[in-house]
Amino acid sequence: MAEFALPKHSKIVKGIDYPLNTNAENTRKINVYRWSPDDDENPRIDSYTIDLDQCGPMVLDALIKIKQEIDSSLTFRRSCREGICGSCSMNIDGTNTLACLKSIDDVKGDINIYPLPHMEVIKDLVPDLSKAYEQLTSVKPWLQSKSDPEKGKSRKQSPKEREKIDGLWECVLCFSCSTSCPSYWWNGDKYLGPAVLLQAYRWIADSRDENTEQRLDDLEDSFKLYRCHTIMNCTKTCPKGLNPAKAIGEIKKLQLERK
Amino acid sequence: MSEYEIVDHEHDVVVVGAGGAGLRATLGMVSGGLKTACITKVFPTRSHTVAAQGGIGAALNNMGENDSWQFHMYDTVKGSDWLGDQDAIEYMCKEAIPSVTELENFGVPFSRTEDGEVYQRPFGGHTLDYGKKMARRACAAADRTGHAILHTLYQQCLKYQAEFFVEYIALDLLMDDNGKCVGVLALCMDDGKIHRFRGHQTVLATGGYGRVYFSCTSAHTCTGDGNAMVLRAGLPLQDMEFVQFHPTGVYGAGVLITEGSRGEGGYLTNSEGERFMERYAPTAKDLASRDVVSRSMTIEINEGRGVGPNKDHIFMHLEHIDPATLQMRLPGISETAKIFCGVDVTKEPIPVLPTVHYNMGGIPTNYNGEVVTRRGNDQDAVVSGLMAIGEAACVSVHGANRLGTNSLLDIVVFGRAAAQRALKTVEKGSAHAPLPKRVTDKILARLDKVRYSNGDVSVGEVRNSMQNAMQKHAAVFRSNTSMKEGIQKVDTISKGMDNIGIKDRSMIFNTDLVEALELENLMQQAIITMKSADQRKESRGAHSHEDYPERDDKNWMKHTIMWLDEKNKTKLDYRDVHLNTLTNEVAPIPPAARVY
Repeated sequence: MAEFALPKHSKIVKGIDYPLNTNAENTRKINVYRWSPDDDENPRIDSYTIDLDQCGPMVLDALIKIKQEIDSSLTFRRSCREGICGSCSMNIDGTNTLACLKSIDDVKGDINIYPLPHMEVIKDLVPDLSKAYEQLTSVKPWLQSKSDPEKGKSRKQSPKEREKIDGLWECVLCFSCSTSCPSYWWNGDKYLGPAVLLQAYRWIADSRDENTEQRLDDLEDSFKLYRCHTIMNCTKTCPKGLNPAKAIGEIKKLQLERK
Repeated sequence: MSEYEIVDHEHDVVVVGAGGAGLRATLGMVSGGLKTACITKVFPTRSHTVAAQGGIGAALNNMGENDSWQFHMYDTVKGSDWLGDQDAIEYMCKEAIPSVTELENFGVPFSRTEDGEVYQRPFGGHTLDYGKKMARRACAAADRTGHAILHTLYQQCLKYQAEFFVEYIALDLLMDDNGKCVGVLALCMDDGKIHRFRGHQTVLATGGYGRVYFSCTSAHTCTGDGNAMVLRAGLPLQDMEFVQFHPTGVYGAGVLITEGSRGEGGYLTNSEGERFMERYAPTAKDLASRDVVSRSMTIEINEGRGVGPNKDHIFMHLEHIDPATLQMRLPGISETAKIFCGVDVTKEPIPVLPTVHYNMGGIPTNYNGEVVTRRGNDQDAVVSGLMAIGEAACVSVHGANRLGTNSLLDIVVFGRAAAQRALKTVEKGSAHAPLPKRVTDKILARLDKVRYSNGDVSVGEVRNSMQNAMQKHAAVFRSNTSMKEGIQKVDTISKGMDNIGIKDRSMIFNTDLVEALELENLMQQAIITMKSADQRKESRGAHSHEDYPERDDKNWMKHTIMWLDEKNKTKLDYRDVHLNTLTNEVAPIPPAARVY
């Protein structure tokens, strides 16, 4: 029988346990994925038990508390702590989300935290997003118009036209959606993924953009667009309540209509 | 000293920071043909501009009210409590109109009026006819205007293929023997290499330093790195005593609820259910300037009329507003209130508290974005090779108190101005003079000191002590006794920096090291803020001195400038406020009592 070897470093081992040495009553164990690029060790899960009465309400508060008080080497991205900068996306309790918007109370039992799935890991909870950013650039996510606006004037857009981009432009580029998509896991090098397709549609739907045909031509590709199999994980996981699956559906519909 | 691999880069211009100011400058420079490097410690769209909510001020006059940039200028000067430089304010308010129109042309998804124009809403301190009635001047993209602008500027930079260096932390400015800035040294977090960026202009767009306080609306990354680099380069910071408390931070969490929510009809009440702002500001009421509203709220709480079990906060009401309007105009803060305090804004009030929000002070510049300092009698001496823009800078357009929406405006107008200036002053592709090795070595020695620190106090502990001291002693109201005590505390705490220890020895994505470097930056600004506050014996704008409750134009209508040496000793001087306007299109606005 053929033997399959798992890729190097894919096996996660048990790491260090940091118990809480007080008699706090309201405690919780946080299990965090750790991986260092500096040695040849496998990734491990470190466990930190913290006193929730001395901690803010969100998972990000717990991570910051751990970094401040227990283990300053724990590495993760964070910035605004209010769900608008998109830095602290990670996998919490099995779901990709923003740690700053995820309430500790919403997780039952131990809190398990991993980096966004299927991305290269730089260190601990920090994924390498450079390929996703490149894909974003590839859809030319800026206003393209053939006509210039009247000099010194705004372009006009009615409230109805403007409404068409609601739910599209608010994306914070956290890539929770793309990294929850099995198609993206499998073909992430060629399939653009829900986050980037949402951005592509944001410009298609904007009445001020005059390059829709070219944009649709560029997306008419069995991998870039059509690897979406309507699994809907993207919409289910989006921490901002956006609907990338619907945006992808709209692009597919436009492709059909112009055939 | 450790051996570091140093990667050299030569550009015409180096921009440090990729928030709204840094991106607007980068865009203007790249599209104008300058070889530009934009260095940023976070991916551009993670910068704190993204969190701005309510709007960007410009007298576009889309609401048919005969608004004008002169009214905008008057409001800004009055808002600044006459500490703002009127030439710069004239420039900003006038350039606001083309700058914001450009933003729309770039693709910013502004909300719209029925006529298809950019939607504008009322905001604190925005008036028509020199204070007679409230104006609708804040150009808004729902309540996510900063996000809309930041993402659009990043998209435009992509269009022009701007060169970004993402997740690089700037360590220090490269200063030559003549006091000229010739670039910046930075650490690439991804691989731990040192990068030496040479530029004929270095533009600091590094934002504010809100994290010097315990409770602030600012992001964790708002550590004023550029301000601290300027101090270490032997240059002063200006007006650092002026720290804006936003009236409506969420009680506890500290996250922002936009002033635009009061612009859309929201109001504040105390424990007696009274709309107390009517007493403090009969005309503008809840839309008085931020310093005025924050002070009024603090007085209400101090006099026992706060709400909640501890009577320590205030309610903000939106529940009387049509839910459809809330959904259209304020979707972001509706979500924020739900997540951070479990409040359904259509049914109940939001618990709020004045929260540190903005630094009016920073690196002194002229309205072209060039850094200035005092040299002898020349109070406007330009520092060669160095520019500063955005919250890092003190132009000064905000004086002692910034008007809401003028921060987004500031970053766009002066980002654009800095690009225009650089296009005029920098010769494209010109050679860089050799730089003595010791300039880099000195910076690396400082890095090593932090990197190998192995004391017994954690970065988190020292940071907490500093933040708590600042929260207590450089608050909404200040007094001689309290500030003296604050100076003592910050002095003692800053000595703790010698005893910090970091645990992570890796050079790859070492956030332990980065936080220690950021703490050092914060600490230097804490010292300057405390000392600048203590020396100003008057009350003006955000600086409310209990022992000197009145504004004193005779003695104190001047900018504080303060230097810090390597032993953390400060040196104090002043610069005159520019009371002249830039052109004869508008007359200087003479000081008057500030009533809203």
